[in-house]
Amino acid sequence: MRLVRLIFGTTEGAVGAVLLSLLVFIALFAPVLSPGDPLDIAGPPLLHPFSMARLPLGTDSLGRDVLAGIIHGTRTSLTVGLAAAFAAIAVGVCVGLAAGFSGGLVDEALMRVVDAFQILPGFLLALALVSVAGASLPVVVLAIALGAWAAPARLMRAQVLSIRERDYVAAARVTGMHPLEIAVKEILPNALPPVLTLAAVIVAAAILTESALSFLGLGDPNIVTWGTMIAEGRNVLRSAPFLSVLPGLALVVTVITVYLVGEGVTQALAEGKAGQVDRQGPTA
Amino acid sequence: MTLLCRMLNLRVTYHRQASAALDLSALDITAGERLAVIGESGSGKTTLARALAGLLPETARCEGEIRWTSEMPPQPGRDLGFVFQDPSSSLNPVLTVGEQVAEGARQHLNLSWSQAFRHARDLVASVGIPDPDSALNAYPHQFSGGQRQRLAIAAALSARPSILVADEITSALDMVVQAQLVALLDELVRQAAMTLIFVTHDIALASGLADRLVILKDGRLVECGATAQVLERPQSDYTRALIASHRTLSSRSLLPGSAA
Amino acid sequence: MTAALRLIRRRLATSIPVLLIVIVLTFVLLEFSSGDAVDAYLVSIGGGDPAVAANLRHAYGLDQSHLARLWLYLSSLARLDLGWSVAFERPVADLIVERLPNTLLLMGSATALAFGLGTSFGIVAGARPESATDRVISTVSLILYAIPGFWLGLVLNIVFAVKLRWLPSAGLETIASGRTGWARMLDIAMHLALPVGTLAAIYMALFMRVMRASMAEVWRLDFVTFARAKGLSHRRIVLRHVARNALLPLVTMLGLQSAAMLGGSVVIESIFAIPGFGRLAQEAVTQRDTPLLLGIILTSAVLVIVVNLLLDLVYALLDPRLQPSDRSA
Repeated sequence: MRLVRLIFGTTEGAVGAVLLSLLVFIALFAPVLSPGDPLDIAGPPLLHPFSMARLPLGTDSLGRDVLAGIIHGTRTSLTVGLAAAFAAIAVGVCVGLAAGFSGGLVDEALMRVVDAFQILPGFLLALALVSVAGASLPVVVLAIALGAWAAPARLMRAQVLSIRERDYVAAARVTGMHPLEIAVKEILPNALPPVLTLAAVIVAAAILTESALSFLGLGDPNIVTWGTMIAEGRNVLRSAPFLSVLPGLALVVTVITVYLVGEGVTQALAEGKAGQVDRQGPTA
Repeated sequence: MTLLCRMLNLRVTYHRQASAALDLSALDITAGERLAVIGESGSGKTTLARALAGLLPETARCEGEIRWTSEMPPQPGRDLGFVFQDPSSSLNPVLTVGEQVAEGARQHLNLSWSQAFRHARDLVASVGIPDPDSALNAYPHQFSGGQRQRLAIAAALSARPSILVADEITSALDMVVQAQLVALLDELVRQAAMTLIFVTHDIALASGLADRLVILKDGRLVECGATAQVLERPQSDYTRALIASHRTLSSRSLLPGSAA
Repeated sequence: MTAALRLIRRRLATSIPVLLIVIVLTFVLLEFSSGDAVDAYLVSIGGGDPAVAANLRHAYGLDQSHLARLWLYLSSLARLDLGWSVAFERPVADLIVERLPNTLLLMGSATALAFGLGTSFGIVAGARPESATDRVISTVSLILYAIPGFWLGLVLNIVFAVKLRWLPSAGLETIASGRTGWARMLDIAMHLALPVGTLAAIYMALFMRVMRASMAEVWRLDFVTFARAKGLSHRRIVLRHVARNALLPLVTMLGLQSAAMLGGSVVIESIFAIPGFGRLAQEAVTQRDTPLLLGIILTSAVLVIVVNLLLDLVYALLDPRLQPSDRSA
């Protein structure tokens, strides 16, 4: 696909894509790379990194393998990040399309709902949802998505409103295209790119929110997450800071990767559009 | 009749473009003359104007040379003033008109702000803006398109440059306003004895203002000469076509079956 | 002045239905909680029989129908009564009023610091796009942006409070120190240095990136080329023409981010044991205190609306196109 080629053309996109593939690989093959349950005790407690060959990153206060925790934690972070972003964008795109197309009272009403979700602090909303529905992975995903869908909805609606007025849509309408067909064939492909660049931001924010929730003890207690690892490391901060530092580094690397890919996509899309302009050249 | 600049084999190609936007074998500009550069879209006239002013994008490839008699190319603002086509986007929307007209003088003429503002007031009055004192404190969006173009001219002339390049400054305006603007240019240029390079696609408009016409087509120089000569005895077919296609109220109607 | 009033009126007109939606939303959410404050209370006192639970529920009005309770709630809100906190055994409103100033101090300082530094760095980066300075600043901002706030807080805590012992590691001020006036302010400032620093670092990254991107957009606009054609100094073009225009989207973004920033205070207050609004939210969640959590969420919504309103006014001040003009064109 041309887009993929363009993404690899930019430094950010290339580095990000490589890192992302690595992270996805780790996430997918976690059970192979680190067999067994990461929550099992693997050795003596509070072992420092690089002191034993089979436990390269040491162990925590219960003797669990830190490297295993980090590898399996990749799964949680990526799953939650991608799932929450997907849900948020799916809902946001639908609401934005509906609002942009309906206009009038329906548009106003929908926008008030969007406003409501935008002024509610996403993290507090997530706290509320977790306290109501319990701390499990689907609830965390839902909680993050609820806080994040408002931005894509607003963006999508703005795109629809601006594209609706453009000449090629008017042309389509004049030739008698059905409104739904116009929506899907003319408007959606042109409205989507800015929403996609927003996707990277949402994924990154979702990963950070999930880790913050787990850090506060409100994440899923049955799986390994980097947030819980950092929280547990807090108790032995003075003697074994690596327990909190290492998962934190993993988070930073993951989030940077997501941003790099997002930057790559943004630049690739800009290049694509610029290429079109350049072909016409400046008039006179 | 001193030479201002000489262009030799000037070739400009924009980033990622296959063909050159401008391919000029030779063109001289005399100091104090009024030169109109005429052509249709894609003729290279804006490229020529920007090349003279040093405003080409960094990614554009430039071959050949522009030899200035003064050894150094003219400094933007101080030696050369440039006015753009679109009056609605030339002026900064968040700064007052007064500041935008005064800043050129302050930068190049070493005036204090109060001196520069007084200078700006005179300029704004000379371009025909009513109530110049309150105009200085107003913002661009409060003016009409024609007025904004006048203000852009005032801002460009703030540092009293000796060359003025006007790039299709009338193209975005109504006909009546166009005529007014051309009259204003005529007076300003005459008073300050400036060299004027007037870029346009409208040969009729140009002929009322310019001493010499340069016709461009697809980046190449098609014809060049004194206005009267070019209009009465055009040497190129293209020039003939340009003149012929100029429509006035006395032209023959294009509709089939209508009289005259 | 009339333009400002018009703006306020317009913003209020849309805010009231939004606030109503927020109230209904949070009410619905918490109605569906499987256990309520009475359950949590009974758990904390080691259990109790159903009769006691039923009596408590009746006393707190927790056994009426959903709609009746919504109506009750709405009418008490109108009296600025946010309910009773079962966990703390005090009116919710009192708790919020007590804790909110600390958070406002924390967030206000952090935002001011982040905005000042972030926009400055953004301007420096945006002054010469793609230059070495720009790349360095962009990379730093990317890293800062990716760092989880709580992790940075922990790391700074270890380094500055534990290892170096330059700053206190927890709390808002030294307890029972009896300090007043300047001494007290200095004490609070020392205690807030790390949490404010952490929050500021996180927020700053966003402002840097948005300012830089905004400046890159403005560089492409015609009036900047016109300014260059006038031969103005680079410094003047960057500051007066580019940055002055690039600032506008930043003000809007600040409004959009204010909700997220409120959320960010929760973990920071938790790490540094600041007795603030955010930490109150966490305590409300762990103690299943529905009225308290609801009150906190509502107050946050109102805060965000007020902040957005103020920013609307600031934006109007900065953009003359939004001010009333009486000059006949």
